[in-house]
Amino acid sequence: MSGRGVDPTHRTFVSYIDKSREYYLGRGYGNPYRWACFDEVPFAPLKRPLSQNVLTLITTAHEGVDAPSFRSAYSIPSEPAPVRLHTDGLFWDRLATHTEDLDSFFPAHRLEEFVRDGRIGHLARRFHGVPTEYSQWKTVERDAPEVLRRCQEDCVDAALLVPL
Amino acid sequence: MCHQTVSLVARHLEAHGIATVILGSARDVVEHCGVARFVFTDFPLGNPCGKPYDVAMQRSIVGFGLDLLESARAPRTTLQTPFVWSENQSWRDNYMRIEPAGPSVMTS
Repeated sequence: MSGRGVDPTHRTFVSYIDKSREYYLGRGYGNPYRWACFDEVPFAPLKRPLSQNVLTLITTAHEGVDAPSFRSAYSIPSEPAPVRLHTDGLFWDRLATHTEDLDSFFPAHRLEEFVRDGRIGHLARRFHGVPTEYSQWKTVERDAPEVLRRCQEDCVDAALLVPL
Repeated sequence: MCHQTVSLVARHLEAHGIATVILGSARDVVEHCGVARFVFTDFPLGNPCGKPYDVAMQRSIVGFGLDLLESARAPRTTLQTPFVWSENQSWRDNYMRIEPAGPSVMTS
């Protein structure tokens, strides 16, 4: 073991692709999920310093299991920052932690501080949520274009995306 | 699965001229997909922006993301934050553990 208690014969970070495949194989599902994998990666450099940018925040948390946001993209005002978002029904480690502090997965207040400090120009008027889908097609063809459309309406330069 | 979803959204935004950075804790899923910028914090899933109520850590992790927005010069740029969840590493094995008698922990 290393000083941090990490086994140096194994990679340090958890492979969720491996874990989920083995977990579902153990439950009798022999057809592993095929995760998204691309050779080409688009890249958009910042056009201006961040202090002149409009920035938004995008999450996979939702407004409630029964809310429309659980099944489609949604938007919420960035000011005032939301008090609460829901994480029910999403994959996160309930044994190790909790999601009672919004800023641990949706750092709206931390971003407000950076705006006050002048590090970021402005927050966009809306933040956005996307439903977590097994169907990559639904995300790519339905939700991502809708989030893009709303970002373009709000003149967004840059986005911080935070999954659970 | 959340990490794949935001990776796909980030790719779409980047392709249309909006710069993105992902703050996350499932490194393999994000890098498998391929994104422009990724800040990796080696924590259990759920708190990719820092431990609950640790404002200084959250500010630091978000700050790493802002720095990366400006400093990355090419796609697939990953920055790992220096934070450690705990001395006890058992959370890595406990998530989605399959017990010898069969799976006993369903965590979604």
